[in-house]
Amino acid sequence: MDLAYTADEQDFRAVVRSFLKAELDSRLADRVRLGKPLSKADYESWHASLNSRGWLAGNWPKHHGGAGWTPVERHIFEEETTLAHAPRIVPFGLTMLGPVLQAFGTPEQCAHYLPRILSGQDWWCQGYSEPGAGSDLAAVKTSAVRDGDHYVVNGQKTWTTLGQHANWIFCLVRTNAEVKAQEGISFLLIDMATPGVTVRPIVLLDGEAEVNEVFFDDVRVPVGNLVGEQDKGWTYAKYLLTHERTNIAGVGFSNAGLANVKRIASAEVSGGRPLIENPHFAARIAQVEIDLMAMSTTNSRTLAQAAAGQAPGAQSSMLKVKGTLIRQEITDLTRRAVGPYAAPFLPEALDDGYNGEPVGPDYATAASAQYFNNRKLSIFGGSNEIQRTIISKTILEL
Amino acid sequence: MDFNLTEERQMLQDTLRRFLAETGPQDSAALWAELAELGIIGALFSEEDGGFGGSGFDLSVVFEEIGRAGASVPLLETGVLAGGLIAALGGEGDKTRLEDVIAGTQQLAFAHGEPLARYDLSHVGTTAKSTPDGYVLNGHKSVVMNGGRADTLIVSARTAGGVSDTDGISLFLVEASDVQRRSYQTISGADAAEIYLSDVNLPENALLGPIGGSFDAIETQVARATAALCAEAVGAMESAKGMTIEYLQTRQQFGRPIGKFQALQHRMADVLVEIEQARSATINICGHLTADRALRERHVSAAKNLIGRVGRLVAEECIQMHGGIGMTGEYALAGFAKRMTMIDHQWGDTDHHLERFIALSRG
Repeated sequence: MDLAYTADEQDFRAVVRSFLKAELDSRLADRVRLGKPLSKADYESWHASLNSRGWLAGNWPKHHGGAGWTPVERHIFEEETTLAHAPRIVPFGLTMLGPVLQAFGTPEQCAHYLPRILSGQDWWCQGYSEPGAGSDLAAVKTSAVRDGDHYVVNGQKTWTTLGQHANWIFCLVRTNAEVKAQEGISFLLIDMATPGVTVRPIVLLDGEAEVNEVFFDDVRVPVGNLVGEQDKGWTYAKYLLTHERTNIAGVGFSNAGLANVKRIASAEVSGGRPLIENPHFAARIAQVEIDLMAMSTTNSRTLAQAAAGQAPGAQSSMLKVKGTLIRQEITDLTRRAVGPYAAPFLPEALDDGYNGEPVGPDYATAASAQYFNNRKLSIFGGSNEIQRTIISKTILEL
Repeated sequence: MDFNLTEERQMLQDTLRRFLAETGPQDSAALWAELAELGIIGALFSEEDGGFGGSGFDLSVVFEEIGRAGASVPLLETGVLAGGLIAALGGEGDKTRLEDVIAGTQQLAFAHGEPLARYDLSHVGTTAKSTPDGYVLNGHKSVVMNGGRADTLIVSARTAGGVSDTDGISLFLVEASDVQRRSYQTISGADAAEIYLSDVNLPENALLGPIGGSFDAIETQVARATAALCAEAVGAMESAKGMTIEYLQTRQQFGRPIGKFQALQHRMADVLVEIEQARSATINICGHLTADRALRERHVSAAKNLIGRVGRLVAEECIQMHGGIGMTGEYALAGFAKRMTMIDHQWGDTDHHLERFIALSRG
């Protein structure tokens, strides 16, 4: 038992820190800290900074152009970047599709797509959920019918995050409707410039159009865009989800959020004293901090197992449940901390380059929007109820 | 970072787990002798004090097994609290006493709590006044665990200062025969006592440690005891969890195992998630026992707060999911549920430690 990081790991942390100090634009960091939405260019410039340092794909092996970091190094990077309020790395190409291609794609597919993900030439989005296939993902109905050397795709995907920026989408499509749901699914790569693809934004309860609907109307996709074997897509989909769930605990986000809410509660006044001295509010902050201290160690224990080559299994479900509850509690505290100024909502004040006077303190501008936005945490990536079912199935073996 | 047990601690865990599983419930005195023979008491002391362990993770290995087995033995009182105070403060003469402790021939108790102290460690109203030959003690010590069976007590008493001052607290070694004791059982089956000190005359050499300057040592040993209690709670939680999983798999209602019902599956999943939190909090406190005071005590209060909350959840949920059988006194679950609940009442409960964590966070 040893809770300390090794000397090498501490050195790595110092290198990441000095990189962030030198490369992270303060305007961008402010937007992230205040919960304001980022533009496509914001993400692209941050990706480019990381890519020029060789750090964009921390989870990819070196021969594919990744950094080849250990799970612990990835965790340190995540901790430092979130604490510095760096933009998150858009995960669809880097942490979702990349590992799937490396495991199941052809050498030609790897050679073609992977460098384009790193360079930013391609922006991928995820075509998983459908109106009738949410938690029950295997119910996907979007069909792909073989026609010569093409598949003809018809159907609809939804909740496609940042799809408005994407030029490619990886999709779960039904190639066989006669067999068990999981056995007739294929994993297909689709160029969104193909005729018949339509993207329509969905405005969410925070006023932002972060997600989209994507429609496919007789879209012709070359058979060479199939990943792995036809009808074996469910295996690849699940493999992808295990990668999606690494860092599912969001320890870095929670640490940054907690520091932020403490700053706000120190600045806000309640009954003539700083809000942070209000016993009830202080108790709520302390409670979530204590939970976070323990969860951070739970996360490290899982990382240590992953580093030793063990698959996380039900543990990642546990981290998802607890991690999202903690993150949501912190966004609730942030919203409460700003008091009445949680109510004013000026969408234009969230825009980059807004020069007007904010209503209330700047940290209040997006507090409520962020709170509402983060309700998604317990819904996406397998809802927390799905995770609880996975946990209980694994241990109950019924 | 490394979350594996060393080979020695793995062996300690295996030995103790096997031993406790094989012995089953038995008389506490017999169990005590056998634990001493196995070297379990020695695992709680450092080599220089005659043991072979004494660090946070030695404590957690031992106490998790005690909790898992539901064993009722005064290891905490003898081996960690009173024994730890002698190891930390005692002179050469006092330390020979530790040989008897490690050999299992002497039991101790730490008589510190008082009716008005609640969980405040510096609240000591018992007085010790100088006499020509030594000291005279007066006061009432409450809910002294193992107080009825201990051969020797370590009694805290005020030699200077106000009732809640950290300065002015002294410790005395008092033979149990010199005090008036009212022994009783706790609801979780442990021995405890009220200790009444009425003009108890002690020789000069009964003083343990510096006069009026023992608070830091008390806080340090209570931190170790808290780590041990957290580990004991985790052990009890693991057993309660195991019994409940088995019950969910086997108990049939409506023609199927009740574990098939999603309402119960999700409750059990939450119990599992929280037990992992409890384990992590225990690792955190055990890994920080030798850190500087501010960091150590923050982890003490964080861990004890979390263990208290999770202990209540696990106890209540496991009883609930067992239904009527969970209410029966002779079913083993009752013992685990009571133990993890009562741990919240030792050395500060959830509310106390939340408030303390806030105060410590302000620095």
